[in-house]
Amino acid sequence: MLLFENIAAALGGLMANKMRALLTMLGIIIGISSVIAIVTVGDSMTAGMNEEMQSWGAGNISVYLQQRSEPSQDALFDPDFSQDLDTDAYLFAGEPEEQDYMTDEMTVRLREAFPDQIAAVQMTEPLSAEQASRAGKTAPVTVTGVNDDYFAVTKLKLRTGRFLDHRDARGRRMVCLVSDRLTSALFPGQDPIGQTIDLTLNGQICSFYIAGVYAYKEQTGVFSFSGDPSTAVYIPISSAKYLNNAKSGYKELTVIGKPGVDIGVLSSDIDNFFARLYAQNRSFLPKASNNQDFLESSNKTMGMISLAISVIAGISLLVGGIGVMNIMLVSITERTREIGVRKALGATNGSIRLQFIIESVVICLLGGLIGITLGITLGAVGSHLIGYAARPSAAVILISVGFSMLIGVFFGYYPANKAARLDPIEALRYE
Amino acid sequence: MNEQNVISMQGICKSFFLGRGQEELRVLKEIDLEIPKGQFVAIVGASGSGKSTLMNIIGALDRPTAGSYRLGGEDVESLDDRALSRIRNRHIGFVFQNFNLISRTSALRNVALPMLYAGSTRARAVARARELLELVDMGQRLDHQPNELSGGQKQRVAIARSMINDPSIILADEPTGALDSETGRLIMDLFHRLHEQEGKTIVFITHSPELAAECERRITLRDGRIISDERGFGHAAV
Repeated sequence: MLLFENIAAALGGLMANKMRALLTMLGIIIGISSVIAIVTVGDSMTAGMNEEMQSWGAGNISVYLQQRSEPSQDALFDPDFSQDLDTDAYLFAGEPEEQDYMTDEMTVRLREAFPDQIAAVQMTEPLSAEQASRAGKTAPVTVTGVNDDYFAVTKLKLRTGRFLDHRDARGRRMVCLVSDRLTSALFPGQDPIGQTIDLTLNGQICSFYIAGVYAYKEQTGVFSFSGDPSTAVYIPISSAKYLNNAKSGYKELTVIGKPGVDIGVLSSDIDNFFARLYAQNRSFLPKASNNQDFLESSNKTMGMISLAISVIAGISLLVGGIGVMNIMLVSITERTREIGVRKALGATNGSIRLQFIIESVVICLLGGLIGITLGITLGAVGSHLIGYAARPSAAVILISVGFSMLIGVFFGYYPANKAARLDPIEALRYE
Repeated sequence: MNEQNVISMQGICKSFFLGRGQEELRVLKEIDLEIPKGQFVAIVGASGSGKSTLMNIIGALDRPTAGSYRLGGEDVESLDDRALSRIRNRHIGFVFQNFNLISRTSALRNVALPMLYAGSTRARAVARARELLELVDMGQRLDHQPNELSGGQKQRVAIARSMINDPSIILADEPTGALDSETGRLIMDLFHRLHEQEGKTIVFITHSPELAAECERRITLRDGRIISDERGFGHAAV
């Protein structure tokens, strides 16, 4: 009916004055597209960083053996200070002895205590080897001893063979899990399973059987390293401890929560668990920590930056709206006679007002849609440039559409009302 | 008061107040006017005679300062803007000297517009507009925009538009004033045809004595008063 008629008339008017329409919409286009581009880049960056953090174990809980804070002796130390230092804290106050370490038995009991919360308890033992060789060929590696739970929750994808399991650990076997990047360098065109590689550890060459091959994943994002990447070689932790001549037990371990578990709550549960186990130990106590807080504060910072820039973009939107109001006033003056005719034909003040508000909304909405398209494109390009997948926010897009309509109504109302109140006789006589 | 009369005016006065001193300018003085249904009336007068002001009051574009005015059985004086819009929409079909079609809008949509303002559905308005454009021999140019039409064609579209809500009167203000005499003749013939075949009440404002002489009745205004009201003219010129 009239609504359709008004929209068609508004679009017709825009088509008749394309340049003017474009210039009118420019403020809205710039405003909307910058808000969307900025929010898209910001969201993509936050989400990408979160993902990287997750892959580093942001949802994990690290349990470190720490010196108990004894106020009488440690008056020199600010207790918060020593707590913040986590791993380094004990360096100031003596090394823990073997009897202080967390044991395999404790990890088993920890898992039994929280069967619904804990997905895995992972321990690692780093080794010093830097390259793997085979028949004169070499490849850069980092070698880590891991327990079988390390593979219970992992992003590693098995290409062929198997992950390391508890029999490997119990038997202190000389087996390893290597990357497909390494096998293609050392065993081109051969089945690597059952082959051996040589690792130089503490001055002696050790041969390891390849039990399984995982798919190497290229690192991306701002935290990635350049150059020829070392690929990880995993061996059973018992073998690693033996080769390192290390003490049995663990100074640190990593607890991985099941999906949906509150990491903060689980952290304090773990603290309580170890507080009971270490009730007799006066010097040391394992403490759980997680970087959920760090993640939150980094998200908050990103949010603040996005908000600040969005406010600036919002000001440009305001200027755009004023531009629309200005052009609407011009348009109404030009069309005074038409308004008079419409009134003579029986248009009420209300229908004239509606006509011009719709026209203003159509301009703003069209500008908004162009702005959204442009903003998504710019956001995608921007996200790509800083190395993250673009994530245009549906909420922001919907809000933008609503906001452009709101601008249309708000800045269209005054001109439309002016048009509605024109005297039909004066308007008809207007040249 | 005779209900047969489409227009019934008693003692209509219109004054304008000019300047800071509120000096009164009396444009219409005690106009009494009865126009029965189906009449073709010409209102003539020199410029400044109050002709346009009378037309504005007849067309419900303006309110009289004093007097009573009934149009199609409805009291028009002292109505608010909204009610006046409704009166114009239902009872008056305007035909202007300058056509006043809505630009960038097809003939069909121009004609349909007043029916949409009356609250009709688009489909019904368009169907009725098509019939009327065919009636004024514009059936071939439904989708043409005003700038693609000649003056005579524009005026035909305007006449079709004036009839869409089946108004009590067609109020034509110098409808041939912007046309050459040949085209003006065709438009006058169209008015005669609408009057004779469709029984339309037509109020025709002009300063041309020749065209006024074709109408059934000729009302002459001077200095805001009716100085003559002659009847018995016919459509003799054709």
